[in-house]
Amino acid sequence: MSTVATPRQKLSRNLLPDAEPLQLLTASGEAVPGGHLPDDRVLLDVYRRMVIGRRFDAQATALTKQGRLAVYPSSHGQEACEVAAVAALQAQDWLFPTYRDCVALVARGVDPVETLSLLRGDWHLGYDPHAHHVAPQCTPLATNTLHAVGLARAAAIKGEDTVALVFVGDGATSEGDTHEALNFAALWRAPVVFLVQNNGYAISVPLSKQSAAPSLAHKGVGYGVTSMLIDGNDPAMVYTATQSALEAARAGEGPTLIEARTYRIEAHTNADDATRYRSEDEVLSWLARDPIDRLDRYLSARSVLDTGARARIVEEAEAFAASLRDRMNADPTLDPAALFQHVYATPTPALRRQAAKVTQ
Amino acid sequence: MTAIAAEPVTMARALNRALADALAADDRVLVFGEDVGTLGGVFRVTDGLAARFGEARVFDTPLAEAGIVGTAIGMAMNGLRPVVEMQFDAFAYPAFEQITSHLAKLHNRTRGRMELPVVVRIPYGGGIGGVEHHSDSSEAYFAHTPGLRVVTPGTPSDAYSLLRAAIECPDPVIFFEPKRLYWAKDASPLTTGTPLDTAVVRRAGSDVTLIAYGPTVPTALESAAAADVSVEVIDLRSLAPFDDATVCASVRRTGRAVVVHEAPAFLGYGAEVAARVTEQCFHYLHAPVARVTGFDIPYPPPMLEEHHLPNVDRILDAIERLQWDDTVVLPDA
Repeated sequence: MSTVATPRQKLSRNLLPDAEPLQLLTASGEAVPGGHLPDDRVLLDVYRRMVIGRRFDAQATALTKQGRLAVYPSSHGQEACEVAAVAALQAQDWLFPTYRDCVALVARGVDPVETLSLLRGDWHLGYDPHAHHVAPQCTPLATNTLHAVGLARAAAIKGEDTVALVFVGDGATSEGDTHEALNFAALWRAPVVFLVQNNGYAISVPLSKQSAAPSLAHKGVGYGVTSMLIDGNDPAMVYTATQSALEAARAGEGPTLIEARTYRIEAHTNADDATRYRSEDEVLSWLARDPIDRLDRYLSARSVLDTGARARIVEEAEAFAASLRDRMNADPTLDPAALFQHVYATPTPALRRQAAKVTQ
Repeated sequence: MTAIAAEPVTMARALNRALADALAADDRVLVFGEDVGTLGGVFRVTDGLAARFGEARVFDTPLAEAGIVGTAIGMAMNGLRPVVEMQFDAFAYPAFEQITSHLAKLHNRTRGRMELPVVVRIPYGGGIGGVEHHSDSSEAYFAHTPGLRVVTPGTPSDAYSLLRAAIECPDPVIFFEPKRLYWAKDASPLTTGTPLDTAVVRRAGSDVTLIAYGPTVPTALESAAAADVSVEVIDLRSLAPFDDATVCASVRRTGRAVVVHEAPAFLGYGAEVAARVTEQCFHYLHAPVARVTGFDIPYPPPMLEEHHLPNVDRILDAIERLQWDDTVVLPDA
C-alpha cells in the first residue's frame, strides 16, 4: 500500500484491477483528493458497528481464555472488511462468511451468542440462516464461493433482487473451488460479489508462498470477472467498492472480485503462536493503519463524531460485551438426542435405535 | 401407485422419462451437468430435455464437478431442487468435498432449518468396456457418509420410480445408475409411489438369500435360476439407509446369505451387510455370510474386466460353499 490510487466517482468495471490498492481515506484519516466518500451517516454507522465488533472480538478472545469457547479466530484489524462490506448489503442479500467473520455476522445483526455456537461447540451453527440471510460459516474454506454462486443464480432464475456476498481469505484463493466459482459466476453473470480479505497469511504461510500473481484480484481476470484491488483497512473504500459491486450485480452486470488488503492483528486463533512466522515490527506497522482509528480521525475532523458521541458508542459496545459475557457464562443446554435429529428429514429406524443409547 | 407406461423401455429411457415428468411436475426442478443439454448426456439420459424445458432449466455446465455440486447446494439453499449429473463414477471425486462436507451435513448443521433436496446422479460400475476411470463402484464412499441417501435401481421401472422419489425427497440423494443396465429393457409399468428406502424380494426362495443391488441384480437372478438349491434374491435398491427388516426377514427364513457387488470386498458395502445380518440373525445362520465381489484391485482395463466382475459361476461357487453338509471349508486366501 505504498501508493495511493485516485478513486473515481463511478468505479470502473474493468476486468483488470488497478496496480495499487484504491483508497478513499489515507491511513491518517484524510480524504483522498478527488474521492467521493459515502455519506457521513453511513460512515458513522460503520464506525459504530466496527467499535462494537472489535469489543465483541476482544470479549470472544477473553471467553476463549476462560474456557468458554473451544477456539476463536480473531478478526481484529479486519473490521473495515467485516463491517463496511456488510453495511453495503440490503436485507434481501445473502452473506457467505468464513469462520473468521464473526464480527461480520454481528454487524449483520446475528445474535452474538448464536454467532458463537460453532466456536463454543454446543452446535455447528447457532443461528437461523434464513433469519438474516447469512449462510453457515465456512470452515473448509473456499467451498462457500460455489454456494454463493448457486444461491445467486437461483435468485436470478426466480427473479429475486438478491445479491450474494461471499468472503474468502488469501489462502482460499488457492483452492480449486474459488476458481470454479469465479468461472461459473462469470458464465452465468451471477449476481455475486467475491470479497477476498487478503490479510497476508494463511495461518502461517505468507502470501509470497501462496501466489505468484501480481495481485489476488488478478485471479478474476482470466475468468472474465471484473476485479478490483482496494485498501482493506479503509472503511470508506470497502463500503464504496462493495456497494458498487453489489449494484452492478443487481443491474445484471455480473460478478465482481474485490481484493481488500488488510491484516490480522492477532494470531490465527488462540491456539496459534504468530511470533513464529511474523515480526513485531510488521504488526506495529499495521496497527498504524488501523481502520477504526482512521475513520475516527476522519469523522472527528468533520465534527460528525465528538467526545460525547464516541463515549456513547463505547458505552454501547461495553454493554454489548457485558451482555455477551453474562450470557456466555451460563452453560448451554445440551441435548444428546439432538445429535440424531435432522440427519435426515425423517429419522431412520437405525438412528432412532442409536439415539436411544445416549438418551436412556 | 399410478401406472404411466407399460411398453418395454430401457433403463436410460425410464430415467429420461422420470426427469421429464419431474421437470413437468415442479418448476423448482433443474437438470444440469456436463453435456446434459444439447447432447442429451453421454448416455442420452437427458435426451430432449433441454429442447422441451428450455436452457434455463436444463443446461450444460463447465467441466467442473465440485462446481456443479457446490452451485447445486447454493441453489437448494434458495429453494430450487437441482438434479445434477456426474458424467462417470470416477469423475465424481472432485465433488467429494462438496458432497460429504456440505451436501450431507447442512440439514443437520442448521438443525433442520435448511433442506438440501439435491439429487446427484452418478452412472457407475463396469461391464461396458470402459477405459480407466469409467467403471468404478464408489457407492461405499457415499453410503458411509451420514446424511446422504444412496439409491441404485436394478430395473427400468425402479429407475423411474426411485428417481421420481429421489427428486421429491427433502434429503440429498446420491443416485447411482448401473451403466451396464442402461440398455436393459423391462415391460413393467412406470409408476410412482415406491418408497426410497426399501429393499424388494425379486425372486422368492427358501434355501439361501442372495443380496444384490444395481448392476449385479440380473447376475443374481441368473445365478438363482441356475442354482440347484432354492435361492431368494433381494434387490437392496436403497444402500443408505439399509432395509434391515426385509433382509433379515429373508435370512431368518433361509439361514444362509451371500452378498454380491462389483466394488472391492475390503471395507466394501458387503462387509456392512454381512455385519448387520450376523448381528441380527446369528442364531438363524447355518454358515457365515459370504461375499462375491470385485477383487481388491484398481478397476481392470476393459479386456480383463470379465475376470474381476462377479459372475454366475462365482456366485454359484459361493452358494455351494455355504456349509450345506457341515464339512469345514477353508476360505479363499
